[in-house]
Amino acid sequence: MTEPAAIVCHNLSKSFGPVRAVESVSFRLERGHFLALLGPSGCGKTTVLRMIAGLETPDAGTIELAGRVVDGGGASMPPHHRRVGLVFQDYALFPHLTVAENIAYGLGRGTERQARVATLLSLVGLTGYEARYPRELSGGQQQRVALARALAPQPDLLLLDEPFSNLDVALRTQVREDVRQIILEAGVSAILVTHDQDEAMSLADCIAVMFAGRIHQIGTARALYEAPISRQVAQFLGEANVLPGDARSHSVSTALGELPLRAAPLHGPVDVLLRPEAIDLSADGAGTAARVQRAVYHGSHQAVWVTLADGTPLKVLTGPEVDWLPGAPVRVQVRGEVLAFPRADG
Amino acid sequence: MIRTLPRSTPISRLLLAVTIPLALALLLPTVYLALRAAQVPSGDALSYLTRAGTLRVIGRSLLLVGAVSLSAAAIGIPAAWLTVRTDLRARRLWTVVLTVPLVIPSYVFALALVGALGQRGFVQGWLAPLGVERLPSIYGFWGAWLAITLLSYPYVFLSVRAGLKGLDPALEEASRTLGRSGWETFRRITLRQLMPSITAGVLLVALYTLSDFGAVAIMQYNVFTRAIYLRLSLDLGLAALLSIVLVALSVGILVLAHITEPRGSHYTQRSARVPRRVTLGRWQGAAQAFLALIALGALIAPLGVLSYWLVNGLQHGETVNSVLAPLQRSIRAAALAALAAGALALPFVILQVRYPSRLSHALAQGAYLGYALPGVVVGLAFVFLGAKALGALNQTFGLSDYRSLGLLVFAYVVRFLPQAIGPARAGLLQVNPHLEESALTLGRSRPRVFLSVTLPLMRPGVIAGVALMFLTAMKELPITLLLAPTGYTTLATQIWSASSEAFYARAAAPALVLVLISALSLVYILDSDD
Repeated sequence: MTEPAAIVCHNLSKSFGPVRAVESVSFRLERGHFLALLGPSGCGKTTVLRMIAGLETPDAGTIELAGRVVDGGGASMPPHHRRVGLVFQDYALFPHLTVAENIAYGLGRGTERQARVATLLSLVGLTGYEARYPRELSGGQQQRVALARALAPQPDLLLLDEPFSNLDVALRTQVREDVRQIILEAGVSAILVTHDQDEAMSLADCIAVMFAGRIHQIGTARALYEAPISRQVAQFLGEANVLPGDARSHSVSTALGELPLRAAPLHGPVDVLLRPEAIDLSADGAGTAARVQRAVYHGSHQAVWVTLADGTPLKVLTGPEVDWLPGAPVRVQVRGEVLAFPRADG
Repeated sequence: MIRTLPRSTPISRLLLAVTIPLALALLLPTVYLALRAAQVPSGDALSYLTRAGTLRVIGRSLLLVGAVSLSAAAIGIPAAWLTVRTDLRARRLWTVVLTVPLVIPSYVFALALVGALGQRGFVQGWLAPLGVERLPSIYGFWGAWLAITLLSYPYVFLSVRAGLKGLDPALEEASRTLGRSGWETFRRITLRQLMPSITAGVLLVALYTLSDFGAVAIMQYNVFTRAIYLRLSLDLGLAALLSIVLVALSVGILVLAHITEPRGSHYTQRSARVPRRVTLGRWQGAAQAFLALIALGALIAPLGVLSYWLVNGLQHGETVNSVLAPLQRSIRAAALAALAAGALALPFVILQVRYPSRLSHALAQGAYLGYALPGVVVGLAFVFLGAKALGALNQTFGLSDYRSLGLLVFAYVVRFLPQAIGPARAGLLQVNPHLEESALTLGRSRPRVFLSVTLPLMRPGVIAGVALMFLTAMKELPITLLLAPTGYTTLATQIWSASSEAFYARAAAPALVLVLISALSLVYILDSDD
């Protein structure tokens, strides 16, 4: 391989007192790619990011940035030598410096300094805001200044720590698109830390799902959604109905009848996962009898909650055409193969 | 901006009706002092103020303020950094130890200094047999500078500590990830962000120095406060004139403090994380030695000297019983003043916080004037008032002396009301107005909402203010000297008269009792630190 990977982490671990925040985390990111570390709050994803930036020292493991070992073998390179840009959750713009001074902060002295600031301001669409102070900017604008400041010294790797969590929901989608565009144009490798699966899916080429300090699965958004390796991963990426079932090699028997298994063969008691959009409803076709509880109309689709004869509740996402009234009888049928995981207590 | 209740309501008008006369009463002595100074013929006034002697007083005052400010910053800033941002051993203990000197009255400290190093001090006594005839004099500038520095550096220490704690660690981390070294980050980000805290602390030190009477009087260093006190018996008009100049200087410092108060350049938003502590490594010993030296000079040595004189006095027939009556009188006067101030603070605070307007702001500023009035000035103003305005009354009732407990308590309130207002205001600011509004929508009347919601929630602040005011009034020397009724000897005046006659053994017991009681105020000071 001629070009080294943007980052290689190997068996990273970190504890804070008795709390094991990160355990044996390993991954690799090629140059120019975008990885999302996705997980619930407290799963250790921010600690991984801070170790990469050099703000925390790993207890064990190695970090290699653009071919240079920065952590490992007892040595730890200080943050200011790592060539890593970090965009903080609260932006951490220097309140006593103007927009231009903030962006120029990481640049050396020289004539190119001004030109570089101008380039970045135009990249983030804030030309003309040079002399403003951070407090005079909106949240979205502060966000873009923080991004420009992190990109200014041309880092080998850009780190983003929950960068959209301080923005209004209405603003978030727009800013997210802007940021994606800016990062693409800058051509920089990037790692995003987030707890929002939608954010991870729409920004990153590749997603690493973390729980309790460990990476459970790494893959594309499609791979994680369609072939999650655990019930936990499946439920964190999108909604799922969980039904008890009894697996017999290539099929599983459930309250919805005998369903074909995807990850076969399996045996014994299992949890069957049904994505709401993989269930069809009909008034009088084939399938299991159920009753409509409630329907919420969303325009492009509707969410319908039904109850099977044995009381099992199911959520179904379906087309907007039929007006399902509460109490109406309905037939439920599963489309395609289903996912199942051996039950923990079985 | 949090929305507050509408401005003009029956309640706000009632509050104004209470606070306006109150504020005027608080201003009265100062106004009278100014009038009295204005009565000095302008030619005399000018020639007096430009006389070499007066100019020397001004020069000495400014020299002392400048020197103490610098040395207090030189001690306070590194001490704060060591206790907040490094892995210094026994940080919590050091924080307490380094804060304690704040509560030692300056005349007690100066007394200990003279009792140890003065001509009749015990160090001289030890050295005499060794052939040392005379120690270099500690009177004058050096003694005053040393005493006030070691008592006032905690203002910088506490202020910078709070600043360091409020600093968003993400700012420093951002600087590090942008390629700046630790030292560059400290210089360009940390120190820059700390400037408002440093300035605030240093200005408090300057104000303390300018208004201190005890240390400069015992050290016989003729700055404003001592000059005013000495003038008092000679020419009241000129004393008033000097007072006005002193008040103008103090107000100048207060205005400076107000202007430099951080506005916008400081984020209140901060990460929940605690920044990583700097590892001292082989500097640990040097840091411990530095702090130990300060603690030795500011705390251990003065307490040791007082204890020495106490034991020495007990061996020579002094008794501790003589402290009891003055202690009772100190407590009575201070308690009356603190309770009055606690009650008076409420309308000011509520008006300022809940009904903000130009008028309520001006009223609050008026109540804060006490901060700019050195004790000796307040005392002088009341001497005027007592002698003149109350003189007529006293004649009618056949009283020969204007000095009374009531006047003393009133003067304490004028001087220290801001100490009661500050914590009470902080307490009310923490009460979300939405809580009051929701109580109103639940059908309670405004007075009942105040009693059932607002007051219980702001109570810790009110109590802290009253306690702080009590402990400060206990220590006040010049006002007590000037206004306490004849025979009403308090701890402060007992220490004063014993020290001016060099009866160190007699002053030791009341001084130690006073330090012990004052140490209680530390609870509130350290509370506000965390």
